Amino acid sequence: MKIAVTVKQVPDPNGTPGLDSDNTLMRDREVVLDPGDEYGIEEALQLKDKAGGEVLLVSMGPDKARDAIRKGLSMGADRGVLISDPQLAGADALLTAKALAAAIRAEAVDLVVCATESYDGSTGMVPPMLAELLGVPQLTFAKQVEVTGQRLTVHRQTEAGYQVLEAELPALITVTAGIAEPRYASLKGIMAARSKEVKVMSLAELAVEPGRPAESVESIEDAAARAAGEIVEDDGTSGVERIMAALTAAKVI
Amino acid sequence: MAGILVYAEVAEAGPAAIALELLSKARELGQVDAVALGPGAREAAVRLGAYGARRVFLNDDRAFAEYLAEPATDCLAALIQRESPDLILFGFTSDSREVAGRLGARLDVGVISNALDISSAGGGYTAQVPYFGGARVASYRANNHPAIVLVRPKSFEASESGGQAEMVEIEAAIAEGSRRSRISERHDEVSDQVKLEDARIVVAGGRGLGGPENFALVEGLASALGGAAGATRAIVDAGWVPYSFQIGQTGKTVRPGVYIAAGISGAMQHTVGMKGAKVIVAINKDAQAPILKLADLGVVGDVTKILPRLTEAVKAKRGA
Ligand SMILES: Cc1cc2nc3c(=O)[nH]c(=O)nc-3n(C[C@H](O)[C@H](O)[C@H](O)COP(=O)(O)OP(=O)(O)OC[C@H]3O[C@@H](n4cnc5c(N)ncnc54)[C@H](O)[C@@H]3O)c2cc1C
Ligand SMILES: Nc1ncnc2c1ncn2[C@@H]1O[C@H](COP(=O)(O)O)[C@@H](O)[C@H]1O
Repeated sequence: MKIAVTVKQVPDPNGTPGLDSDNTLMRDREVVLDPGDEYGIEEALQLKDKAGGEVLLVSMGPDKARDAIRKGLSMGADRGVLISDPQLAGADALLTAKALAAAIRAEAVDLVVCATESYDGSTGMVPPMLAELLGVPQLTFAKQVEVTGQRLTVHRQTEAGYQVLEAELPALITVTAGIAEPRYASLKGIMAARSKEVKVMSLAELAVEPGRPAESVESIEDAAARAAGEIVEDDGTSGVERIMAALTAAKVI
Repeated sequence: MAGILVYAEVAEAGPAAIALELLSKARELGQVDAVALGPGAREAAVRLGAYGARRVFLNDDRAFAEYLAEPATDCLAALIQRESPDLILFGFTSDSREVAGRLGARLDVGVISNALDISSAGGGYTAQVPYFGGARVASYRANNHPAIVLVRPKSFEASESGGQAEMVEIEAAIAEGSRRSRISERHDEVSDQVKLEDARIVVAGGRGLGGPENFALVEGLASALGGAAGATRAIVDAGWVPYSFQIGQTGKTVRPGVYIAAGISGAMQHTVGMKGAKVIVAINKDAQAPILKLADLGVVGDVTKILPRLTEAVKAKRGA
């Protein structure tokens, strides 16, 4: 089975966030492979362990995003494709999906694995757009995945519980956090990753035209902050007393 | 049509709350129609009209509930071609997301996702979207026709307009190859607690509880207050409680009268789902925890000690 995992490089969730004066994220910030995508890589590697085949990582981003791919390769993925092009700076979800679709189409994969949403974009739009562009069904919010021959079964997490989804390959899945514990890269894996192929492609090579972005930024403002509240140190009784007073004032008790 | 189309999620039990929220807002922006697909569509149409839909396009084919995203995308694409709306509104819910994304790609127009608000100006639409983890809010002007915007649940108050919708049966227009991602089983957890998203009081717990057994403290207080218990993703991922408890970016959005955060740090991805609460109380042993900057009342202390005493005090007062 040939599996493509989409992976994105994002600002380090554990780093100190910073914005430049032009409201873009600070360029010198620490960047990492999106933790959400590590679950996708792990799930793909487990499927490959069972059924054999190949795990391909596909990313769109600046040249630096090679590091994110490298991390996935050191976990055990086989090769990488990086779509990098100055015209992609500030790409919206549709353009991102078009670029990813073009790269994935050229590889004729059986399964595409994405995370449900990226850490920084959080639009959740790339996966369904990608599925539509590739002409495959989507099985999403997976907390469990099974492949038997050409048959794919997914337990889809819903607000009320879960659903069982079924489809034939080729297909696209999105995985939730916790579907599988991502493995650590071993020293051997890290060494091996150095010699694995990462192919860099431009938009022209993929024959993708940047279209009109979905939106233009009109302004960016601080979110309305709540007025500073009262902070009390609990001394054994004061905490409960103050909370009781607040609940009474709010007329809930 | 040159108007607004609301994609109304429906179930046999009626229209989803988000559909009524979207209609209530949309009717401030212009003429609004709704589209309802799947079992329950016909029954839902009356309520959609009462919340402001001028027309309800409907088709109650079972395929819309049996297959994920693709049948609805086909039907919507055909409807849009005929009616040519300027703006299509979806809820930022797991089911609507699937359809909106496919539709955008099908129509070759980008979408604005995860919006908190929408307004119209100069013949176009502008959406407010959390930026930089929610610390800032970006105003995005939609560039495409139609504009497609997904709005977070609980962004608007649902209110009746007293209107009555014209019901318009439409073709299902499902393509031959679109019955692919089949929903073969549905498993809903039955819970006797007040529905989290509707609760007037929410008590939510995080990793600061120390262990799964202490979640009972959160549930105990919630039940003493007649409210619902919620959780952070950290403890959902750790398997302490099911996903249906999760509040935040990838969980539920709540807007209760009172929100009590117990052992929660206050990461942006959590606060985006609860900062609309009227009164926020936080208990955290770290005086520097970000949640305390959001709280109307912050108590610096040990949640495992405070919760049991608080529950007793509430019970004593309510019993009195
Ligand atoms: C794409 C993405 C989506 C996400 N979506 C969500 C989401 O929907 N919802 C969500 O909640 N999170 C979400 N997260 C995770 C979020 O970033 C945080 O990691 C999470 O909210 C932290 O949970 P927590 O507050 O329980 O844990 P922690 O951050 O570990 O905080 C625990 C807190 O408990 C306090 N504490 C410890 N012991 C005690 C004690 N005895 N008494 C009192 N206080 C104590 C600590 O001081 C600390 O502040 C998302 C993350 C990503 C990347
Ligand atoms: N630039 C990108 N490169 C590779 N994968 C991406 C990119 N953007 C989004 N994705 C994938 O799509 C998922 C959802 O992203 P988003 O739609 O931005 O919330 C991510 O978790 C990734 O798996």
